[in-house]
Amino acid sequence: MQAKRVTFGGGIVPYLLLAPQLAITIIFFLWPAGQALYTSLFAEDAFGLSRQFVGLANFVALFEDPSYRSSFAITVVFSASVAAISLGLGLLFALAADKVGRKAMVYQTLLIWPYAVAPAVAAILWWFMFDPSVGVVARGLRAIGIYWNHHLNGTDALIMVILAASWKQVSYNFLFFLAGLQAIPRTLVEAAALDGAGPWLRFRKIVWPLLAPTTFFLLVVNIVYAFFDTFGIIHATTGGGPGQSTTILVYKVFKDGFESLNLGASAAQSVVLLVIVIGLTALQFRHIERKVHY
Amino acid sequence: MVESGRKLTFAAHAALILGVAAMVLPVWLAFVASTHPGTDFLTGRIGFLPGAALIANYKEALFTGSSVSGFPPVGPMLWNSFVMAMAIAIGKIAISLLSAFAICYFRFPFRVTAFWLIFITLMLPVEVRILPTFEVVANLGMLNSYSGLAIPLIASATATFLFRQVFMTIPDELTEAARIDGAGPLRFFWSILMPLSRTNIAALFVILFIYGWNQYLWPLLVTTDQSYYTIVMGIQRLAAAAAEADPVWHLVMTTTILAMLPPVVVVIAMQRLFVKGLVETEK
Repeated sequence: MQAKRVTFGGGIVPYLLLAPQLAITIIFFLWPAGQALYTSLFAEDAFGLSRQFVGLANFVALFEDPSYRSSFAITVVFSASVAAISLGLGLLFALAADKVGRKAMVYQTLLIWPYAVAPAVAAILWWFMFDPSVGVVARGLRAIGIYWNHHLNGTDALIMVILAASWKQVSYNFLFFLAGLQAIPRTLVEAAALDGAGPWLRFRKIVWPLLAPTTFFLLVVNIVYAFFDTFGIIHATTGGGPGQSTTILVYKVFKDGFESLNLGASAAQSVVLLVIVIGLTALQFRHIERKVHY
Repeated sequence: MVESGRKLTFAAHAALILGVAAMVLPVWLAFVASTHPGTDFLTGRIGFLPGAALIANYKEALFTGSSVSGFPPVGPMLWNSFVMAMAIAIGKIAISLLSAFAICYFRFPFRVTAFWLIFITLMLPVEVRILPTFEVVANLGMLNSYSGLAIPLIASATATFLFRQVFMTIPDELTEAARIDGAGPLRFFWSILMPLSRTNIAALFVILFIYGWNQYLWPLLVTTDQSYYTIVMGIQRLAAAAAEADPVWHLVMTTTILAMLPPVVVVIAMQRLFVKGLVETEK
């Protein structure tokens, strides 16, 4: 990693400059992460009086636990749906905005603000619209014979949280797709049009391939969002229920640790999440690499 | 020019208008709900048009709270959210400016190590280390305090990388000139680097303010005292009461509108800075 060609001597100065950042990193990030790793290898008795080294037994127990496996499956369905819906709609709106040309800025203003809404707040909005007794949408659905009840029906609850999570994320994807589209040279598209390529063919052969890096980057960002930033969506509304139907992994690690006080299992879950984040960050690395030049 | 394609342009407008409607609808319904008295919810009279209780509801939510479910007023929660968001935004920017300065403008042992230590924080979101981080904060006596709400969140690899990028584009001739004129490192930082990074700082501030305001899990963990609740996490307590069929839906929706208003206003009012910040930080 390069530094500037012209530098200051400094002695102790650079260490002082770095001290606040490094202190917070070590105290609140590295030390707790180390603790999670360490605890995940031990079993504690019910009173927390003694602990015993058990190796990977916590992990084995975790993956043999049907409730953890179902939570894993729910998380995959949830994340894939959120990524698909919010990327699909983001791309659709970006293509449309790119098409309308100069008026795109007006639409941009009208479409980007949901980014500022907290996931938990977005969830409450959808929770209310679909509420079986007071929600307008639930009432409308009932009129056409669909009895929506996310309090009792697990599928309804999962659909509700997926919609809420996607709603908030569309604006982010829209913004990046629009920037990506506007970076595509007009001349390329015009040349293809002169050669007689219609809009669909131009999209498939020119726009989509040139947009691929943006799409890839957004895919990773959306998966990270769906995995980790959606805790508030679940906690503020369904509380993981009904039953286990909306217990995604980040919610489960919280619930097992804070409510059931199952420390070994919670730590093992933390470590599994950690591995997932490292994997996703490594994927994202290609993107960061361009910016950081080591 | 590409063919004008009237039909396609029309379809594009139609899709965008539908999209805007889908974005606005949930918020409009929440706003409508926040203007109806609590009793309207029991009779199912809430539709698409506002009611007459706008002022009464916002007054009740801000200053009285709900006596039925023992929920405190949200006025102080708005203040707590504001303090937390400002502390996180300013804190992250300050310590990241300093560390980016150290990494760019000095050569010293362990420079690359420091860089990697900062880099690792990208891979350690709160969700991954919930319990042990809570324990650390509890042991330091920082539960139920502003410092506990803000300080553990202000380490930032993203901001450090961003400022490093900015500094790398600043010509070395400026540094040389400053040194010849006898400026020390801190003078150079304050009088040259800071003014040159002004727009980047502003753009990042917008993003980080929203990030701080919207924190949920962290305030939930470190606050048990109602006087330190932030509004985004406070809603959950109220929504839980509404789900138990207490007649507080009007307060839930009023609080929801209040919780999203500040960050949404920031995004709309500072749209250009917001877009710049978002694109620059793209993790």
